[in-house]
Amino acid sequence: MAHDHAAHTADHDDHHAGPDTGIKRWLFATNHKDIGTMYLVFSLIMFFIGGAMAMIIRAELFKPGLQLVQPEFFNQMTTMHALVMIFGAVMPAFVGLANWMVPMQVGAPDMALPRMNNLSFWILPFAFTILLSTLFVPGGAPAGGWTMYPPLFLQGGNYVAMAIFAVHLMGASSIMGSINVIVTIMNMRAPGMTLLKMPLFCWSWLITAYLLILVMPVLAGAVTMLLTDHYFGTSFFNAAGGGDPVMFEHVFWFFGHPEVYIMILPAFGIISEILPTFSRKPLFGATSMIYAIASIAFLSFIVWGHHMFVDGMPVAAQVFFMMSTMLIAVPTGVKVFNWTATMWRGSLSFEPPMLFAISFLFLFTIGGFSGVMLALVPVDFQYNQTYFVVAHFHYVLVPGAIFAIMGGVYYWIPKWTGNMYSMTLAKWHFWLSTIFVNVLFFPQHFLGLAGMPRRIPDYAVQFADWNMVSSIGGFGFGLSQILFVIVVIQCARGGKKASAEVWDGATPTGLEWTLPSPAPYHSFSVAPDIK
Amino acid sequence: MRVIRAIAAALAAICLIDTAAANTSNGYNLPIGVTSLSENMYALHMEVFWICVGIAVVVFGAMIYSLVKFRHSQGAVPDTSMVHSTKVEIIWTIIPVIILVVMAVPAADLILKQEDTRNSELSIRVTGYQWKWQYQYMDAAAGVDFFSTLKQDSNFARQLHSGIDPSAVPNYLLDVDKPLVIPSGTKIRLLLTSMDVIHAWWVPDFGAKRSVVPGFVNELWFKVDSGKEGIYRGQCAALCGRDHGFMPVVVDVRTPDDFKKWVEEQKTASKQAAAPAAVPPPTAQSLN
Repeated sequence: MAHDHAAHTADHDDHHAGPDTGIKRWLFATNHKDIGTMYLVFSLIMFFIGGAMAMIIRAELFKPGLQLVQPEFFNQMTTMHALVMIFGAVMPAFVGLANWMVPMQVGAPDMALPRMNNLSFWILPFAFTILLSTLFVPGGAPAGGWTMYPPLFLQGGNYVAMAIFAVHLMGASSIMGSINVIVTIMNMRAPGMTLLKMPLFCWSWLITAYLLILVMPVLAGAVTMLLTDHYFGTSFFNAAGGGDPVMFEHVFWFFGHPEVYIMILPAFGIISEILPTFSRKPLFGATSMIYAIASIAFLSFIVWGHHMFVDGMPVAAQVFFMMSTMLIAVPTGVKVFNWTATMWRGSLSFEPPMLFAISFLFLFTIGGFSGVMLALVPVDFQYNQTYFVVAHFHYVLVPGAIFAIMGGVYYWIPKWTGNMYSMTLAKWHFWLSTIFVNVLFFPQHFLGLAGMPRRIPDYAVQFADWNMVSSIGGFGFGLSQILFVIVVIQCARGGKKASAEVWDGATPTGLEWTLPSPAPYHSFSVAPDIK
Repeated sequence: MRVIRAIAAALAAICLIDTAAANTSNGYNLPIGVTSLSENMYALHMEVFWICVGIAVVVFGAMIYSLVKFRHSQGAVPDTSMVHSTKVEIIWTIIPVIILVVMAVPAADLILKQEDTRNSELSIRVTGYQWKWQYQYMDAAAGVDFFSTLKQDSNFARQLHSGIDPSAVPNYLLDVDKPLVIPSGTKIRLLLTSMDVIHAWWVPDFGAKRSVVPGFVNELWFKVDSGKEGIYRGQCAALCGRDHGFMPVVVDVRTPDDFKKWVEEQKTASKQAAAPAAVPPPTAQSLN
């Protein structure tokens, strides 16, 4: 056995020494860092494509009347913006961070299944090529909302098959990525790294990965039923054939609500890494933080009905879904309180990752408040399908998920590149983003309460003022993100050398900080000692 | 100019100066509305809003205090022994549970009220189409049946590059050719269904919103208080395709007497419209 192993290593020595050169390094990548980088670059590109769509939406809504696009194209933009941002920007960014950080945090040389890792990434560019190319086919891109509700979604042309196939591919990619994370965490932890000693980021991803494996097949099933309804004459959701359009909503949201947590749990993990470092104090109640994530994950499976209160639901179901939804506020509250307690009596410094984490703490909590309000059935009847909902989920996704991702990048990128970045530019990026994100989304609460439905290209004149403010915030937020690209590119190309611990003077904990900066190509070729 | 007005409105919103009892929305908050349901919803909304503000003051207060007080640059020394406390964690699990129960009980009560469509005095069948509404009256007004679509002037103005200023169009996008007419002080029950895709019928001032789903009949009730007669406006609230933004709901609430008159007018008008058809005019062939 030992001899075989030695021979095996010798055969592949060239692969083990370092990366291939040129395009082969990326096409045939099996290294977790290379794949992580590709995920993150892909996600950034998608963030700007989805962002460009958002700019078209905000430009059209800048004032009443249609100035720029036809309503049909507007609907394509809202639909594609959501699909691109959810499946193209937020989820791949988290997978990219997991690829980079999970092996380093558990003391492993690489991910457990490197070739599957390669496949799960390389599916994505194809999936999004198919999805984005619907913009150029007859009938245009999907325009029925990212939720793909029939019968509206099935009124489409060629996009139906293309979008569904793209969703299938994204699901396959996510499932493979999740399997990889789970297997890595379960099998490749360094000796002595018990599960409860594992960093919160790994914990949040472990739970997220299970969520993904459980719900992605549900989405695949839902869209496959759409496919057969459209092309093969089935009537799953066709009322005329005895089908049930509301059943699609149930199946979709059984996927959709856990999906919401798939997009926020890894963010919780990142915040739980950043706050202790720059508070110079261990995370408060780390074990209860893990239990809180697990409870949120469990609850996410029994709350889907709250997306459908107005669709006609028995009273008992309304009460059940209201209660279960409100219950989520309890573990989420525990998390917010524990984060606050982490900062309490700490010694805080305000480097860019910390700034993003603090902003997350405030603004995600605002999204949480509107979430509790939305959970209450009677008032949900007024909020549902208005801009209040848009404001709510953008607060949890933009200053929530995306700020956590950016904070995570600012936190770990010196470890990846070996260089420090421009703190001044990064702080400019932070302040502009935080100010504009509020100008962008806060007025949307007012619009929704005042009665503006979502997903409309044009609106009554009483909504004009807040829409203009929101659009100005949107343009400002969009432009500010260019700074992020500049900071990241500068950091990749050079700069002041980062030390192994990177954040000297703060207290970063975790195995990744025991590696030199930049981290070696095969993170831990010898398992580290865990005390 | 708009921006200045918006900023002024924002200040007003923050200070909550504008507490005048407006039935319709003041531009940044829910309307109190003109039905007991909408009033209850508004009350619940404000109750929950203030609870959230209260929690926000405490939580954000603690965060801001930490940000100000425990700064590394001010020489703060971290208390690294503070890592866990079962006692406080139990406290901040229990307190939110209590607050949630306080919110959920009146909410559950209101759900029962909302869903109670019994003893309605007038039923109207509402059918959603891409992109208009059909209203078919039942009970005493049986026979009245018409479509309601976006008014012409809004429809011209909303075309791309129409060159018409929306603010010059009265009730831009919120006006129809023929509104739904209902009597005040009467419990109205709507039976909603769709002929094509999912729509949602919504009038904020009534606190009335319900999805309109093909193959299903959903129910909804409201009762506009006497003395609150007038025109109330809403919109389709579920994405229903290209002209989703252009299928408003307009309800004309009249006194029961005026409503009766209106029903008679409608019936007479439809008889007159039908009358010539009963005796077909002689055609060229019959003359031969």
